[in-house]
Amino acid sequence: MTASAPAARGRLGEDPGRALEGSSRRRIRERVVHLIVQAAALVSVVITVGIVASLVFRAVEFVLNLMNPSEADLAEAGGEVGLGSLWGDQWAPRFLEFDVKTLLVGSIVVTIVAMAVAGPVGLGAAIYMSEYANERVRKVVKPIVEVLAGIPSVVLGFFALRWISPNLVQRLFSEAENQSLLAAGLGVGLLTIPLMASVSEDALRAVPRSLREASAGLGARKRTTTLTVVLPAAVSGLVAAIIVATSRAIGETMVVFLAAGASGNSAQFTLNPLHRGSTMTAAMASQASGTDGTITELGFGSLFFVGFVLFVITLGLNLIADRFVRRVRQAY
Amino acid sequence: MSVIQPVVRDTDRDRVAEKVRAAVETGGRDRNEGLFKAALLSTLAFALLVLAVLLFDIITDAWPVFAERLGILMANPTRSRADETGIFQGLRGTFWIGIFVILLTFPIGIAAAIYLEEYAPDNRLTRLININIRNLAGVPSVVYGILGLTIFVGLLKGVYGDYAISRGNTTTAGGLTLAALALPVVIITSAEAIRAVPSSLREAAYGVGATKWEVIKSHVLPYAAPGILTGTLLSLARALGEAAPLILVGAVQGRLGPNTGFFGLEQMGEKFTAMPIVITDLASQPGPDWIPVTSAAIVVLLLVVLSFNAAAVFLRNRFEAKREG
Repeated sequence: MTASAPAARGRLGEDPGRALEGSSRRRIRERVVHLIVQAAALVSVVITVGIVASLVFRAVEFVLNLMNPSEADLAEAGGEVGLGSLWGDQWAPRFLEFDVKTLLVGSIVVTIVAMAVAGPVGLGAAIYMSEYANERVRKVVKPIVEVLAGIPSVVLGFFALRWISPNLVQRLFSEAENQSLLAAGLGVGLLTIPLMASVSEDALRAVPRSLREASAGLGARKRTTTLTVVLPAAVSGLVAAIIVATSRAIGETMVVFLAAGASGNSAQFTLNPLHRGSTMTAAMASQASGTDGTITELGFGSLFFVGFVLFVITLGLNLIADRFVRRVRQAY
Repeated sequence: MSVIQPVVRDTDRDRVAEKVRAAVETGGRDRNEGLFKAALLSTLAFALLVLAVLLFDIITDAWPVFAERLGILMANPTRSRADETGIFQGLRGTFWIGIFVILLTFPIGIAAAIYLEEYAPDNRLTRLININIRNLAGVPSVVYGILGLTIFVGLLKGVYGDYAISRGNTTTAGGLTLAALALPVVIITSAEAIRAVPSSLREAAYGVGATKWEVIKSHVLPYAAPGILTGTLLSLARALGEAAPLILVGAVQGRLGPNTGFFGLEQMGEKFTAMPIVITDLASQPGPDWIPVTSAAIVVLLLVVLSFNAAAVFLRNRFEAKREG
């Protein structure tokens, strides 16, 4: 100790700050790494800016084109084109009919059907997994639910079209068409179950154990504890789960594209889930998959307009869900 | 309600006593309790049943194709006859998209997570980036297609027709689009894994004089590696199964012409398709002839996607068990 102390004092004594900072190579490397990871984090911001910019500019351009249609567009429509084209009785960009409410209502119908499936099933599964299942059951069931979560949406679209529609929808409702909003909604619902279940389970697990123990100590049954203590305590998180799942259902594309039957990107306004129909997402996909001959400039522009509406809706839902999730974090 | 107030009135006493005796003698079991549990179980059973029906239905439909013409299925390009069409080009597109995700999303995503967890000061910009990433994760996949269509395709295709999206839509555009789609999930899961690293580990490394990056490289990342790997595998699986963004980017539905090589880099600038797009196209064909080959293509895609998923789940469970034990 005593022998080495003067030596150490000597080294630091020359320039203590220098010695603590380390060699210049090390310092430069630190700086470079810092810049690299900072740049990587900014990539996400660039992506957001890219999405918003591409949506907003082209959507505005579409609306402006509607107000001042070109000669070619007028010839195509064979009549009036204007802001009034956004309100009619069908979505058919080929004929320059852009009734937005057809798509909005289609999206709402599909989402309601989907949440009628995913809501109760996802919540029930979450309650079972968090309150009742023992470790052994969890070890088996959890991976299976995760497998369900990993199935690509195009697979469920095929399943909805070729199995759910003929074997369930058309068997139960003889007047249902072979492609329908109901079949699509059921498919979307199946797709949304894992998300609903996992977000709800997180919310239930965030409820402190002491609340359950207090309830059990008062002699409440497990069911009573679950329904009157755990669920009310987790309500913020459960609402968030429902909103997140709704947002996912609205944004789901391939199931509706395949199973709802909006072929050729045209759909009549309908409130009946047994009819064919289209949603915002499916209309975008079918617009993009049209061949050159069927695409008009205005029709192509509608893709961005619909995308913008969809983006705003899902962004709103996600922000609300975020707020609910944060409330859970604050409470416990 | 006051506690002192008698809960049981005299006239009810016999009835209540009877109830209490019944409850005690049956060990406190309650029929409704059982019903409630059964209802919860049935929701789980429903999800599992659907999964079973889906897999059974698709595998039985696909079986004849695997038994009779596996070679044709794997090696042929897309053709206009159900018994001749193959998934070679779809597999190739999916392979290259996977490469894009691995080479771009993984490093950028993990680096961004390192920045947010280890470097970022707690200020307004950091909070903004965090909110931004959470919201990006919730953006519908089809909207990423718009990003790909306007920016990536736009940058890459130069002066092709402005709204003819079936022209100039390349593997590169598709790969970049799905790389962007996968990024927020990689960042979020990696950040969670890094956050779970105990701070004592970092302090020990600082204590022996390591710099920030040395601490991250030698202590934080190795500890967080299983969690990061799980998240990246899950996001890769998700990206490989996505069809909607690729449709917008202009992946070819239907025939793509004759086969060219699988690994050649020259396809980066050529038109492309991918497994989910091939399946979309096959599924939209009318008539029952196309069901077997569609199902077979689905089985191949599921094998790819679910093996990544399974690897992720396995990894996580293994390391969770190790840490707890």
